[in-house]
Order: sequence, then structure tokens, then C-alpha cells
Amino acid sequence: MARFTVNGRAVDIDVDPNTPLLWAIRENVGLTGTKYGCGIAQCGACTVHVDGVATRSCAFPVSAAEGKQITTIEGLAQGNTLHKVQQAWIEHEVPQCGYCQSGMIMAVAELLKNKPKPTDADIDSTITNICRCGTFQQVRAAIHAAANA
Amino acid sequence: MNVMPKMNRRSFVIGSAAAGGGLAIGFDLPFGPKEASAQLATPELGVWVVVKPDDTVVVRIARSEMGQGTITGLAQLVAEELEADWSKVTYEYPTPGENVKRKRAWQSYSTGGSRGIRESHEYVRQGGAAARLMLLQAAANEWKVPVEQLKAENSTITGPGGLSTTFGKVAEAASKLPVPEKPALKDPKNWKIAGKPIKRFGTRQRVTGQQIYGFDLKMPGMLIATIKECPVFGGKVKSFDAAKVTSMKGVKKVLQVGDTAVAVVADTFWQAKTALDALPIVWDEGPNAKVSSASIAEWLRAGLDADQAFVGNQNGDAKAAIAGAAKKVEAVYSYPYQNHVCMEPMNATALYTPDKCEVWVPTQDGEGSFAAVLAASGLPADKCDVHKIDLGGGFGRRGGFQDYVHQAVRIAKEMPGTPIKLLWTREEDMVQGRYHPVMQCKMVGAFDKDNNLTGLHMRLSGQSILASVRPQVVEQDKGRDALTFQGVFQSGEHAFGYSVPNLLIDHSMRNPHVPPGFWRGVNINQNCIFIECFMDELAAAAGQDPLTFRRKLMDKHPRNLAVLNAVAERIGWDKPAPQGIYRGLAHMKAFNAYVAGAAEVSVTGDKIKVHRIVAATDATYAVNPAQIDRQVAGSFVYGLSALFWQECTVKDGRIVETNFDTYDSMRIAQMPKVETISMPSGGSGPWGGIGEPTICVAAPAVMNAYAKATGTRIRSFPLKNHKLQIA
Repeated sequence: MARFTVNGRAVDIDVDPNTPLLWAIRENVGLTGTKYGCGIAQCGACTVHVDGVATRSCAFPVSAAEGKQITTIEGLAQGNTLHKVQQAWIEHEVPQCGYCQSGMIMAVAELLKNKPKPTDADIDSTITNICRCGTFQQVRAAIHAAANA
Repeated sequence: MNVMPKMNRRSFVIGSAAAGGGLAIGFDLPFGPKEASAQLATPELGVWVVVKPDDTVVVRIARSEMGQGTITGLAQLVAEELEADWSKVTYEYPTPGENVKRKRAWQSYSTGGSRGIRESHEYVRQGGAAARLMLLQAAANEWKVPVEQLKAENSTITGPGGLSTTFGKVAEAASKLPVPEKPALKDPKNWKIAGKPIKRFGTRQRVTGQQIYGFDLKMPGMLIATIKECPVFGGKVKSFDAAKVTSMKGVKKVLQVGDTAVAVVADTFWQAKTALDALPIVWDEGPNAKVSSASIAEWLRAGLDADQAFVGNQNGDAKAAIAGAAKKVEAVYSYPYQNHVCMEPMNATALYTPDKCEVWVPTQDGEGSFAAVLAASGLPADKCDVHKIDLGGGFGRRGGFQDYVHQAVRIAKEMPGTPIKLLWTREEDMVQGRYHPVMQCKMVGAFDKDNNLTGLHMRLSGQSILASVRPQVVEQDKGRDALTFQGVFQSGEHAFGYSVPNLLIDHSMRNPHVPPGFWRGVNINQNCIFIECFMDELAAAAGQDPLTFRRKLMDKHPRNLAVLNAVAERIGWDKPAPQGIYRGLAHMKAFNAYVAGAAEVSVTGDKIKVHRIVAATDATYAVNPAQIDRQVAGSFVYGLSALFWQECTVKDGRIVETNFDTYDSMRIAQMPKVETISMPSGGSGPWGGIGEPTICVAAPAVMNAYAKATGTRIRSFPLKNHKLQIA
């Protein structure tokens, strides 16, 4: 059993406590915007916020999420108003295949919360997500645009 | 299966799970299974265009979307000829089964070799133009005025005396008219939609988590499978002890799949994976269990001087020129196995009943997937279909190979009526790849006493992709794999970009047991390293500037020269580089595009910093400049990741690297600034591709700059093997 909050809704799921939070979110809660890419916290495709902290959910057991507030990509927008990172992503047409972008956006959203005007060095040291399509040039431009939005 | 509700493809999540106990139940499908074959939009104007009464224009797209923007580019071309209002344009994918039923009305579904746009632009534009003519004729009939007096613009038709109607209003009547054959196309000079940096389809879904990938599919009653295939290629399952895991929570079935694999089916992926990890499996590793990277390299090395080789390009007598040279330069290069590492691992969802087999799959080739469904299900074509899903990366892995489709259908066949979603782990994806082939290359250049290049012999030794995946093509070519010579071939879309008086480019084919496959760029990647790094070596031996040296060999290659000159000018080749910065160049013709790259690099100890890349592309026409920018920039991430980190090592017959911890990929901190020059030269010749070509200049441009910075020439890859890092 695990009880936590996802995007403001309380969930109570019957799942092995060792199940990674990623799979609990995807399969038990049913929100598939958070992606599996590696399972070993390397690529960042599974990034969600756990009590506001960007966390790679593929290597985070659901038992550790007990009582926590989880935000996924589906919960980043406020109603129909997209988060400024999502808005900048649309304006700069960041996604190519898009598979890694949920995690990328969640990582960037946390960066901007902690550092509203990040430098390139801040971006380099914080955003370590893998994108195989190679969207980084647009990612960097969109981060700066979101910071100035 | 029960009847599925009809779904709006722009709002995918249907009945998404209530957050509560147990499993989330609901539909998450890009489209319903029935809709796809029986419910293509209507009324259609020819096979490519549908205009609905509300003026919505639906463009049919046969090629796949995997991030390269092809569907948007194709829709732009159709909408251009149709004279559509772009804001009303959407798209749909006719299924491969429907294509078969209609005698391949939509032609090829293959989306590899950078061919999505360049090989279908003519017939899809004709489809748009034909639909426009039908709409005009329908309006002319209604108004009883000669069609020549009517004009279509922005989804509106106007005629004499202020007559005006919209496409939607006459579409039904237009759909009953004959489809004009081979209508005239617009002069690209007059394009208003094509050629513009129009925003691509699907971005909002991709930033809100709403885009449904194959991994995300949900169907009522669906179970999840995961699989392990014998890690030694060519090996088989000997035995497995299902009883050890069948009682584990959620496990529904443990089964052998074909001769080579074992799968676990469970309620959830995590349950299936946990059980499969715990399942004792004994493999019969077969005859390849002792093969290693070293033994493969040794075999390839012997090919560098072997007598027998297939010729890809030849003029004069290179061997005689080398024998009589005043000066000879020789170098041996090598290139490793590499995995595609699509961010979304391989997957497919299959639903089998004795009457029908349907598969939902992210695929680069819907028809290839369809053929796999037929073969694996044993059902006839009219009882099979494939529903294409946008891909989480493709890069060549999801085209010619449909191994995961075979697996999913075989599992589903054991559980009729239950949808089976087969998901590969990253580890399975890494060790069951279809790898970028291994290749070695011996380059020999001959100079006369005045430092003129008089002869060049490029001997490739290594693996053929086609011998493995399309052996009939190799057989027809008397054993040669012409694809091996991408970028250095005698003619065609991969023609060599130099003229050398005595030239021999040949290939000693050596096919290890590791399965090779198409890759982003594939053989242009190593061939461009071999030829373009060696050109710098030759220039150095001749005491000449690398650009000047190249230009002397490029008189007969004006489009190669134009892109090379463009990057040289932009990078400032004729001006001194800033302190500590070194520059390198490379160019090639690839997938009918002419591309060149220039790099600015600095080196501090074992750290290489790539400061700036300039990349030029002449693809004949530029359909969407914004997407070209993105594809070109992305190709350097792919190419430089391959250069710095990526090697699949073979040990005991299997691949050693199983995840990103040992098979790294570029992060944002390492991304150089990429400046794209798109310089389409137009004309009536074949169009070039965009998704792959510039990848090939990434590594040689950087390595040429590195050699200039350090005086050291690196000839084997990746650079991590030389303890070199990217800063």
C-alpha cells in the first residue's frame, strides 16, 4: 500500500513497496506523461517533483513517496494555463520526438523555481537529461525565454 | 474486444484512470482500432486529401513521425498545392492494411534514409493539386461557369461576379468527380505554405504529457509482457524454470517465445520485469559464445590487405599510382558497433483472435510491421492490421527490423482475446540492438614530386548491413553491398565529392555474428571520418591548407564545393582563429543532400571543448527551415555522442554495455553552438534529405580541429577509449 498525493489528488494504491514511483504513477495511478528511459536515474525522462524537488522517479521506491506531494507533467499547468516552461517550449518548438521532454520540462521547472534567472552555467550544471533527438539548442533558448517571461 | 468509442485524435486521453486503488483502467489510444481501417475521414478527394463540410482539411500521411517533422512538411506540401487555409489543416494515418486493400494507394510507408519528404514530395503534391482541381470543378459545375474563371486561395473559391464558396461546401460534390492524373505543380518560387518555418503538429501534446507513445497505450483487459532474448546472438533457450516465478504477484504467464526468448506476462510492467529478473533461464549460447571485440577486430584487420574486395568506385589505376608515388601516405582507421538508444525502448501491442490480429506500434515502416504481423500471426492480410503510433525516436532501429512485433504477436497468440503490450527494458534494448556495423579502413594516398595527389586507395573492411537484412539486394549485385560506400560511391545520391586521377574504393566484406542495422546516417558516418580526416592528413603531408588542398580536387563537384565554401566563409577560415581555438572542416554528399561542417575546438589536457559548429546543407529545396535548423542541430548531438562515448563492446558473444551508465550520450552542458546554413539550390533534380546527412560531418570536422590543436591524429573511436572527454 502506498498513499501520496499526485497533482493535488490523494491516491491510495495497492502495490509492492519496492515498485519505483515511476511505475506506480504510470500503471497504478494511470498517468503516462512521465516516461521510462533507463530505470537507473541516468536519463531523466522520468523526472517528477517530490515535495517540489525534481526527482528521478524510476529509481525512487514508492514507499519513499508515502505522504509526499507528487507533481507530474500532467499537473504542471494551472488548469488551462500552461506553465511558463511549457509555453516557452511551444514557442521555441523544442520537442522533436518529445519522449524525453516531460522529464526535461520538470527538471527545468524546478531550476527556474530555485534560480529564476539561471546563467548558462546554472543550466549546464542542473539540466542533465538525455535527449537523443538533440534538442539542447532549443532547450537552452527556451529556458532563457521562460526565465524572462 | 468490445466496441471502442470513437476518439478524437487531438484529445487522446479517454476515461483516464481515477486515482484510486488497484490498476488504472481506461483507454489511451491514438485512435480506436476500428476507426483506423473503416473510418478514414470523408469525403476524400483522391487518396491524399479529405475536406470535411466544416472546411477541415485532412491530409493523409503514409510516412512516420519520430521527431523529424516529416508529417508537418508533407502536409505543408499538400496544403500548398491545394491552396488550403493552413489553420484548418490536420492529418491522419491510413493503416498499412488499408494500403494493401487499396493496392498501395499511398505507396511507400518507409521512413528511413532521410526519405520521408524527398521521395514522396512529387506524388503528395500532385495529390494536393488534384484535390484543388476537383474542388474548382465542383464549384464551376454548381455555378455553371468555366472552371478557368475560378480561383482557389486560402480554402476559398472565388469566381466572376463576386461568386465565393469554401472548400467544405463543395467537397462532397468534388469527391464524386474523377481524380485528375499528374496535375501541374506550382513553381516553388510561388510557395506560401511550403518553404516556410511553419510550426509543427503535436507540440502542445508533447509538452503536457498528453502525447501517447507505444509505451503508454492502454486497453481494457490489457496485460504487460517483458522479454529476454538469448544475449548471445544466434543462441537459443535451453530451459527455464517457470515454477519459480508463476506465483509471484500479478504474473499471468511465463512462456518461451520462438526458439530464442522467454517472456513474462503480468498485470503491470514492474511485476513482469521483477518476475523475469527472478526467472532462472539456461541458454544454449551456440557457436558464437567466444567472439569478442578483439577477435572481430583481428578478422577485419586481415581484410585491409585481402585480395578479394568489392569495388564501389574506381578510375585510373590507383595501385600503379601508389607503387610509383614520389611520396606515400598511409593510415588505418576503425569504427565500432553502436546502438541507436531511442529514448523510448522497443515495444509493440498486439491483440490476437483467430479472426483478426491487430498491432499498435511505433514504427518507421508500417508496411514492414504489417508483414511481421502476417508472418507471426499466420493470418491472411485481410485479417491483419497495424496502427502506427508516433515514435519516441527511431534512428533506423524501428524500420527494417520488426523483431519486437514478431514477439508481441507470438505472445498474444498464446493469449487470444487479451491485448498484450510488450515493453522492452533499456537493458534488452541495449543488448538486442541492430547495431551500427563495425568497419575498419586503410587509406593510402600517393603524391607526385610536386605534391599533387595522384592516387588514392580506400579499402574498407567490415560488416555489410544489406547482407544481413536484404540479402537478395546483395545477391543481385554479385555479392556487393553498395550501401557500404555511402558518400564515396561512384554515382548517385551518395556520390564521392572529389576527383582523383587514380582512385580505388573497395570493400572486403566481413560479417560477424552481431546483427547490423541502419542507423542515423549509417555508413556515411564512418566513411566521412575516413575520407575527410585522411584529406587533412594528405593536406598536412603536402604542406597545404586543408581547404585549399580539397578545392583542387573539387572542380567537378560544384555543389559539394558550394557548401564547403559556405561553412569556411562563415567560420572565418581565411582569418586567424581566436587564441587557443582550432578549426576543422568536412563535407559529403549524403541522401542526395550536399552538406559541410566546420568546427571550432579548444583542447585542455584530455578535455576537448567544441565551441562552435557551422553546418551547411543544400537539399535542393527547403520545405520547413525551422525543422531543418532543428534536425541539423540535433544531428550534431547524435554524431558527437557517437564520437565521444559510444561503443557496443562484444565479449563472450554478447554486448557488454547495458544502459546509459556505460553508454553515454551528450547532455546540454556539452552541446556546441550550431549555426545552420540552409542553401537550397533548387532546380528540377532530385531533392535531398535532412534528418541524417549532417551527422556525418560532425566527427571529422571536430577531429580535424583536434589534430590541428594537438598534432595528434586519432583514428579509432569512440574518444573515451583514448581517455579524451568532451568539456
